[in-house]
Amino acid sequence: MSAPEATWTAVCRLEQIEVEGGVAALVGGAAVAVFRTHDDTVHALGNYDPLGRASVLARGIVGTRGEVPCVASPLHKQAYDLRTGQCLDDAAVRVPTYDVRVDRGVVLVGPQREGP
Amino acid sequence: MMAHHRRTLVVVGHGMVGHRFVQAAVERGLTETHDVVVVGEELRAAYDRVALTSFFERGAEELSLLPTGEYDDPRVRLLLGTTVESVDTGARTLVLGGAAAGEELAYDELVLATGAAPFVPPIPGTDLDGVFVYRTIEDLEAIRDAAATARVGAVVGGGLLGLEAANALAQLGLETHVVEMAPRLMAVQVDDAGGAVLTRHVEGLGLGVHTGAMTTEVLGQDGRVVGLGLRDREPLPAEVVVFSAGIRPRDALARAAGLDVAERGGVLVDERCRTSDPHVWAVGECAAPAGRMYGLVAPGYAMAEVVVDALLGGPGAFTGADMSTKLKLMGVDVASFGDAFATTEGALELVYADAVAGVYKKLVVSEDGRRLLGGVLVGDASAYGVLRPMVATATNPGIALPDNPEDLILPSGRGSAEIGLPPEAQVCSCNDVTRAQIEEAVGEGGSCDSPSCVTACTRAGATCGSCKPLVKKVVEDFFAARGRSVDRSLCEHFPLSRQELFEVIAVHGHTRFDDVVAAHGTGRGCDVCKPTVASILASLLGDHVLGAERRTLQDTNDAYLANIQRNGTYSVVPRIPGGEITPEKLIVIGEVARDFGLYTKITGGQRIDLFGARMEQLPAIWTRLVDAGFESGHAYGKSLRTVKSCVGSTWCRYGVQDSTTLAIMLEERYRGLRSPHKLKGGVSGCARECAEARSKDFGVIATEKGWNLYVAGNGGATPVHARLLAGDLDTETLVRYLDRFLMYYIRTADRLQRTAPWVDALDGGLDRVREVVVDDVLGLGSELEAAMATHVEGYSDEWRATLEDPDKLARFVSFVNAPDTPDPHITFRSERDQVAPADSEGPVLLGASIPVGPGGPGSPETVGAGR
Repeated sequence: MSAPEATWTAVCRLEQIEVEGGVAALVGGAAVAVFRTHDDTVHALGNYDPLGRASVLARGIVGTRGEVPCVASPLHKQAYDLRTGQCLDDAAVRVPTYDVRVDRGVVLVGPQREGP
Repeated sequence: MMAHHRRTLVVVGHGMVGHRFVQAAVERGLTETHDVVVVGEELRAAYDRVALTSFFERGAEELSLLPTGEYDDPRVRLLLGTTVESVDTGARTLVLGGAAAGEELAYDELVLATGAAPFVPPIPGTDLDGVFVYRTIEDLEAIRDAAATARVGAVVGGGLLGLEAANALAQLGLETHVVEMAPRLMAVQVDDAGGAVLTRHVEGLGLGVHTGAMTTEVLGQDGRVVGLGLRDREPLPAEVVVFSAGIRPRDALARAAGLDVAERGGVLVDERCRTSDPHVWAVGECAAPAGRMYGLVAPGYAMAEVVVDALLGGPGAFTGADMSTKLKLMGVDVASFGDAFATTEGALELVYADAVAGVYKKLVVSEDGRRLLGGVLVGDASAYGVLRPMVATATNPGIALPDNPEDLILPSGRGSAEIGLPPEAQVCSCNDVTRAQIEEAVGEGGSCDSPSCVTACTRAGATCGSCKPLVKKVVEDFFAARGRSVDRSLCEHFPLSRQELFEVIAVHGHTRFDDVVAAHGTGRGCDVCKPTVASILASLLGDHVLGAERRTLQDTNDAYLANIQRNGTYSVVPRIPGGEITPEKLIVIGEVARDFGLYTKITGGQRIDLFGARMEQLPAIWTRLVDAGFESGHAYGKSLRTVKSCVGSTWCRYGVQDSTTLAIMLEERYRGLRSPHKLKGGVSGCARECAEARSKDFGVIATEKGWNLYVAGNGGATPVHARLLAGDLDTETLVRYLDRFLMYYIRTADRLQRTAPWVDALDGGLDRVREVVVDDVLGLGSELEAAMATHVEGYSDEWRATLEDPDKLARFVSFVNAPDTPDPHITFRSERDQVAPADSEGPVLLGASIPVGPGGPGSPETVGAGR
């Protein structure tokens, strides 16, 4: 396996992601959904919606539930916490999260995070 | 009882009450022990006689209470076109006539539900051609035929039924006169002052009213009616005469069988509705409990329930009925309840009259002013729902009046003064639902959270609907007392209903979600409020749904201008207005489907759906379609879908108008219109209704004279037939009403509320819609039309605009960093020579083996699609 520094993949420039929008990116062969919230924070989740069983989360609507930033699956509207991948409508469901950062206007996706 | 052998129950008469009896017998399990034979004289199964006047608008089928012509329960046999000639109560047999002439039938129990017959006074000339009664569908058909060649019609009888009949004659285009012997109209229900207000209303509609006029003979010439002779007055010329001067119980069969009858007619029955023979029962208008007959349907229903109860060994009894009446006659509200004529000793009258507005209201109260005894409302009966349950009777103390009872009828009070309804007070008299039962439905153990849910679950307000305002008030009071409100909030981010949000956005002129949520909401929105705000902005501004800051508000269907399917692919529906398409365009659709490997299916809205398009393929597909002259079909939007049509008078030998041309015009007028939910229309070229227009949000059906406009029909999970809004319209008026109707809906409906539940939820229902759209009582007509004109002028094809804009196109890629790599999660298998989605087993890594083509995993499942 590669060293941690080499695992960051540049996927796009920040302005290619709309505010409160998402894009799908191919990172190490996996489909990753990268979101930008209202305060320009970026989050990355697995793009696959395990409840809808399709790779679609990047196309969901981004908003908040209480204080939690979340995305609603475009298939059946279950919401996922952008920070943890936890499904807010089904405690047993969680999608993987990825490290993500913005460096000089470029969005970089890192390795899949371990655990919740 | 010998439970082991089945007994035979014969019902004579298949009118509304006979039908209700059979329904109750089936529902309550009487058919477990009894075979039921129903003998009906008319060729039709039971129909809604109360709504008889609407026959001309709605047709016989819609009035039917048993459209299939038979009961689901095989133990019920229905003999139509059959009479009963005689009854032998000793042998318990009866002899049939009509379709089953000569047959003999044995019974264990016999229920008479023979109803009543119209009373025709014994005067000369009633047998002339052109003289009718008003009781059956056949009567109405005969009246309609006669009216076709007549100019003037007269109705003898100015009561409830007489005014209904007069309304029918006026609708048929006759100059119509009402002749009433009593000094006022509706003499049984209203007093002189109320009758005077009613007369002004009726005369205002162009009808002639002749009160205090005694009809002495029907004048004829060559066997046909030419007019009415009146005592001490000039004769009244008329080519059609309808007698509607009361009814008489049909008790001849009972008389001949030797059963006791009441002094003024009707089969005499006890509290259990049992006749003088212990195995014969009588219900409805033919029965006379305690010697009195009841000419309303609700007491008849109550009697039917009592007899079913008695046959099951239950304790039910009929002890009289609430004869309160509320109706809308020719657009005029009339209500009468309790002691309307102040006959109680010491009774006082409180009267409010506004001659200019045509409103008359009277309350009859007890001497001490604490009890409501009765009342009359003409012109505005909105207070009826609150007042009726307050009435004190011999057996019910009613509800104590407030200190200023006049507030109940003064305009400012609007009948909403605080009332203390006891828990056992009956709120819905049609279905006998009390306040306690309503509160139970919305309380801890209940499952209801709104007045409409209460109506669905308890049936309170489900029959005549007059108590709906009271049901609503009971629910709201109940919630208010517990700190709950009927929560109309859109979602956690907005404490507003969609209608309120629409008004707020329109008033403040907001154009951005950020401004709306900052000023009127909290948080950053969600998948409920964002598409709602986007829809409202689209309705108000009409610019592109993928415009700046608008795109992220859209559901994925609007965001990609296509319908997402279960595997993350999309379906594509080009617009085919009115379902009319050239061979060249059909070929293009076929070529596009073939070249992109799409599954094709014909939709219910007369167009073609192309499934299985990957998101990144959509621009290429639409480039081909737009080049061939297609536009977006908006199958993905909460917006107008299609206007379905039949081929109309152009080709069809039955067609009376060109339905296809109108459908295309309407579809092109309203295409792209964003609304609270999807909208569908239909146009049929004749009354055969091949376009199924009455299952649509708006349906147009051709008549000889123009178009009938029906509104608020829905298919889907809760099918509803569209109802007539206005008839015989020219095309210009039709479009004007439709513009108003659609904009009124868009402005005031809840999110995802289709037109049928929207109309039902409006105070006043369809009548309210008619007031706003046709009568323009709010003066909103031109504003609504202007809003629609803005939409029509501003329309442009969303897909063409998207293809012309690199910013909008940039988002149609599979991966932002690998735009040409197809998403490996999307795979297909083959079914009946076309593609179908292969089931996904979980996240897929690119480079892992991908199942493609026939024989892949998965099972066939229905694919949901916008049509």
